[in-house]
Amino acid sequence: MTDVSSIRVVLVDDHAMFRTGVRAELDTTVDVVGEAGDAQEAIKIILETQPDVVLLDVHLPGGGGVEVLRQVHPKAPDVRFLALSVSDAAEDVIGTIRAGARGYVTKSITGDDLVSAIARVADGDAVFSPRLAGFVLDAFAGGEAPSVDDDLDRLTQREREVLRLIARGYAYKEIAKELFISVKTVETHVSAVLRKLQLSNRYELTRWATDRRLV
Amino acid sequence: MTTAPTQPGADHHTRQQPPPDGAPPRFVRRSDGGLLGGVASGLAAHLGLEPLVVRVGFALLTAFAGFGAVLYVALWVFTPLDQKVYREEDEAAPAGVAAATRAGKRRRRSFVARTGDLGQLAALALLGAGVVGLMQLTPLGISPAVLIPLLLAGAGVALIWRTADEQERERMAALSPRAPWLAALTGNRGTAAVIRIVAGVTVITIGVVTFLAGQGQLDTTIDGLLGVIVVIGGLALIAGPWLWRLWRELEGERRERIISQERADVAAHLHDSVLQTLALIQKKAHDPRAVVTLARRQERDLRSWLYETEDTDATSFAAALKKAAAEVEDAHGVPVEVVTVGDSELDDARRALLRATKEAAVNAAKHSGADTVDIYAELMDGDVEVYVRDRGSGFDLNSVPDDRLGVRRSIIERMERHGGSASIRSAPGEGTEVRLSTRKDDS
Repeated sequence: MTDVSSIRVVLVDDHAMFRTGVRAELDTTVDVVGEAGDAQEAIKIILETQPDVVLLDVHLPGGGGVEVLRQVHPKAPDVRFLALSVSDAAEDVIGTIRAGARGYVTKSITGDDLVSAIARVADGDAVFSPRLAGFVLDAFAGGEAPSVDDDLDRLTQREREVLRLIARGYAYKEIAKELFISVKTVETHVSAVLRKLQLSNRYELTRWATDRRLV
Repeated sequence: MTTAPTQPGADHHTRQQPPPDGAPPRFVRRSDGGLLGGVASGLAAHLGLEPLVVRVGFALLTAFAGFGAVLYVALWVFTPLDQKVYREEDEAAPAGVAAATRAGKRRRRSFVARTGDLGQLAALALLGAGVVGLMQLTPLGISPAVLIPLLLAGAGVALIWRTADEQERERMAALSPRAPWLAALTGNRGTAAVIRIVAGVTVITIGVVTFLAGQGQLDTTIDGLLGVIVVIGGLALIAGPWLWRLWRELEGERRERIISQERADVAAHLHDSVLQTLALIQKKAHDPRAVVTLARRQERDLRSWLYETEDTDATSFAAALKKAAAEVEDAHGVPVEVVTVGDSELDDARRALLRATKEAAVNAAKHSGADTVDIYAELMDGDVEVYVRDRGSGFDLNSVPDDRLGVRRSIIERMERHGGSASIRSAPGEGTEVRLSTRKDDS
């Protein structure tokens, strides 16, 4: 893992109070290089500072986090995004991931967990909260419909096992121990799931996310 | 927790407008089933006919000097549109998501639009045209010198009048991301509106000119027209700004009213829940655990109000599980996180499973000392699997005396009585995980 203190982070959230809180929690561990309160400001600051990781609020004036992702991603593909939100609406979660975020955590996450999530995202890995893992399992569940694009539309047995353990509240290290594989392998599986989630044009996935608005 | 999605288009033939409190049903245009303006489908719903029958009727009536078309336009103008689509769209989105959408904090979902299909529309148009063509052969027909200008003028008028149909406009505007060319003809403001009106006026002018040319009166009319244009231009200069301001004021007032209604709804809810909780928290400030419990309960309540469409109904396993978790959380002040995959009805075996789950969660909350308890439930093809996990102190299963095991009696035995199974994994210092399951065949 890269040295945590060298990770450059930009905070994007429309609540100044929340930004202050997160900054206070993070400032001692990572390098917070900028803050923004709306989509346009965020795009500008991210392109200026080229941080390693952007902590991105999903609901943001000016089109939401998705807008930021859409505009920054093509111009700065190396900037990685970790979505941070109070909304657990499946539509938002899946929408943000599909727009290019490498992880989704809720704002109730503890400071330590947030730092390790940032480090993971900075390393190019994916961060799945138990709830996101549940969403993915639900979205990819059943419906083994024959499809041209099989690989992208289906989870492998192993990926499913990893996701189930994440949904059960296991940390990556615990999953590795449980399945007798290395942490690196767990990360590989999770990244593969993220890729499928982003690239699959599985019809059910989008429909599922729109239909489902559960917490 | 799975809400049955309203499927656009699937049921618009069968869904009737419920008359408000015994009042005779009003004839309204349908916002969700129409091909053009929803007149035919509205009329069909009103008369209890198939929309297609009414549509064909309109097409055939067009034979009589265009009576069908004129009738259609007249009904379109004089019949109000039902408000259903917009209400449904608003109701479908949970309050929190809707609010964020309104505030522009998330991208608006593209409107799932009209359900009518273009094929039917084209077929009906052809039918109408054919009938008109046939009538041309009889004495009832209209001479082409009148018909063609009439058609042109009609198209222009339709283009301009559609602007007047406000809901229509919004719907088209919502569609326009998918079909940019539509925006030019239907957009709300600015250049789009100008283009639309110019196009409409042009088509009408061509129609009028063709007609006059056909009648050989073009020259004389142009002179008169020039005078009229000058007068109208003058009037517009005088009254224009005033009319514009009046319109803006009306618009603003209407928006104000909508906002204040929304604010009243939100205020009522916040008062009943959030303010009460905040008052309680201040009173109990000396007791951190009580404060956490209150805050969690309030968060849960607000979250379900904001993001859940359907109220938890007790017949679904996932909903019942969430409720049980909430009870444990309230009783023991330890956050219980629930993740579910799939859902199913509650039957006896699953109810037993639910009680065992609750028992396991209570044990974890009471004895483990963990900060949170994670519950994961997976319901697939009738099989149910539930995991209750904490990262607390854990215990050595072998060292627990048989007689004091609440676990053994209430969890393992209960599950076995109902044909399920339970297993417990725990080690000192590593937390505990209880796995509960029932299979479809067992129940």
